[in-house]
Amino acid sequence: MPQPDRRARLAIAVLATLAILSIAAFMTLGVKGNWGFVLEYRGRKVLGLCLVAYSVAVSTVLFQTVTGNRILTPSIMGFDALFVLIRTTIAFFFGFGVLAQTSVQLQFGAEVLVMTGFAALLFKWLFLRGQRSLHLMVLVGIVFGVLFRNLSLFMQRMMDPVEFQSLQDTFFASFSRIDPTLLGVSFAIVAVASILALRIAHSFDVLMLGRETATSLGVPYKRRMVTILGIIAVLVSVSTALVGPITFFGLLVVSLAHVLCGDGRHRHILPASVLLGIICLVGGQTILERVFAFDTALSIIIEFLGGIIFILLLVRGAAR
Amino acid sequence: MIVLRNLHKTYGSHPSVDDVSLTIAERGVTSIIGPNGAGKSTLLSLVARLIDKDAGTVTIDGLNIDTTRSEVLAQRLSILRQDNHIASRLTVRDLVSFGRYPYSRGRLTAADQAKVAEAIGFLHLEDLAERFLDELSGGQRQRAHIAMVLCQDTDYLLLDEPLNNLDMKHARGMMQLIRRAADELGKTVVLVLHDINFASWYSDHIVAMRAGRVVHSGPCVDIMQAGVLSSIYDMDIRVQEIDGKRISLFYE
Repeated sequence: MPQPDRRARLAIAVLATLAILSIAAFMTLGVKGNWGFVLEYRGRKVLGLCLVAYSVAVSTVLFQTVTGNRILTPSIMGFDALFVLIRTTIAFFFGFGVLAQTSVQLQFGAEVLVMTGFAALLFKWLFLRGQRSLHLMVLVGIVFGVLFRNLSLFMQRMMDPVEFQSLQDTFFASFSRIDPTLLGVSFAIVAVASILALRIAHSFDVLMLGRETATSLGVPYKRRMVTILGIIAVLVSVSTALVGPITFFGLLVVSLAHVLCGDGRHRHILPASVLLGIICLVGGQTILERVFAFDTALSIIIEFLGGIIFILLLVRGAAR
Repeated sequence: MIVLRNLHKTYGSHPSVDDVSLTIAERGVTSIIGPNGAGKSTLLSLVARLIDKDAGTVTIDGLNIDTTRSEVLAQRLSILRQDNHIASRLTVRDLVSFGRYPYSRGRLTAADQAKVAEAIGFLHLEDLAERFLDELSGGQRQRAHIAMVLCQDTDYLLLDEPLNNLDMKHARGMMQLIRRAADELGKTVVLVLHDINFASWYSDHIVAMRAGRVVHSGPCVDIMQAGVLSSIYDMDIRVQEIDGKRISLFYE
């Protein structure tokens, strides 16, 4: 036990340093003019990025815990497609103008509500009724994704082309577009979910042992599953509503965290994943904005890397 | 004492456990035998609250498993199932430490560490303690799981086919260990066995099941009779006495 422990601690210390460096670089590089204004402006952005990194990392780790599987993530289960569907439906029935005009707060609230509700239903159906088969879950996720995408496509076909174009713009995750007015309420929601998670955190490692062993060790399994799935649904909804759909980001950071820590204990994996998420988002955004002067490309790069990891995991899993 | 009253469990239209009432005495080794599909493993899982029963009650030392908190039951009764796939990468010591979860909630005290070391010693796993589970052979992994269950330090141990995948030597070692757990540690061990000769040699009581019902239950000598065994398994079985133990012959 001591050796993996030391390795994981070292990894977390290094990651924490890197994360702080990324944040410092993001805040200070290339500042011209009024420091107070720039720091406040960038500070909000950093807070948003950290919040997204945290939500995605924690929700992915917990999702892998309850499914007992290292390949699944909430977004592979059709979340991104649902986000597109919600947006499209609103634009289709009420016109894009409505989408553009409704206050972001209202949109955010509605999106979080609908997505949490959908996730709760899907998870409940998948996990609380008898045996859960990995293949069934992946299939259901894919089928839902296809259904949502086709419904969206159907509506988009019948839409005004100009409206369609404006709508399509909002489907790509953008880390520079986080609305600062949503930060407060997002923080509050995520904080409540985190406190709930913290109170049952001692059982996370036990849940990795599977339903039967966890029950035998005294974890009230069903109740615990409902709580954790609820927490996941909230976290995923908040991050998707803030920046848009990001499919493979969670998988990327959690898989890297496993490689770096060497053991699967939540005490190590959770902080390592969150820190990696912050490094990826804040560090990546800094490099793109300051060094290459790009803007929206970060999500594409992250998705590309995450997608490759997903394929690697699948291939390795199949070989085993 | 474990008391089962009118226990029912139906899968689809086929009753898997059909109106079972049974009392399992404290201390000693009780083996559950019977043909495939008799409901032995289901019965064990029902007692350990791993699956929900359709009707009936189970009490463990007077505690009803429906109304007692899972955390409390975990300090009285532990179960080991046949297939124990674990998604995360653990060392033997990590796995055994999980046995202390009902007491320590993941923060091991010095007393917990001592229990972990004791369980590892009891199964002679000292040399393997820091190895990862996926680097071990099936028999070694089985022993690591037994160590975890022992480390849970419950009065009642339920083992579902603990001899599965073990060769003769390891199977005998496992049964001797179960015997020691009962005799030296004062545990009540209930296990599902397919090999009736192992059951005869090592257990105090035998419960025989067939088609979801308990058809016989009693001391070994009462069950290890040619007529009784033949009726349970629907085939001719001879019984011979060797060194004061009853051995069944069913090879032709």
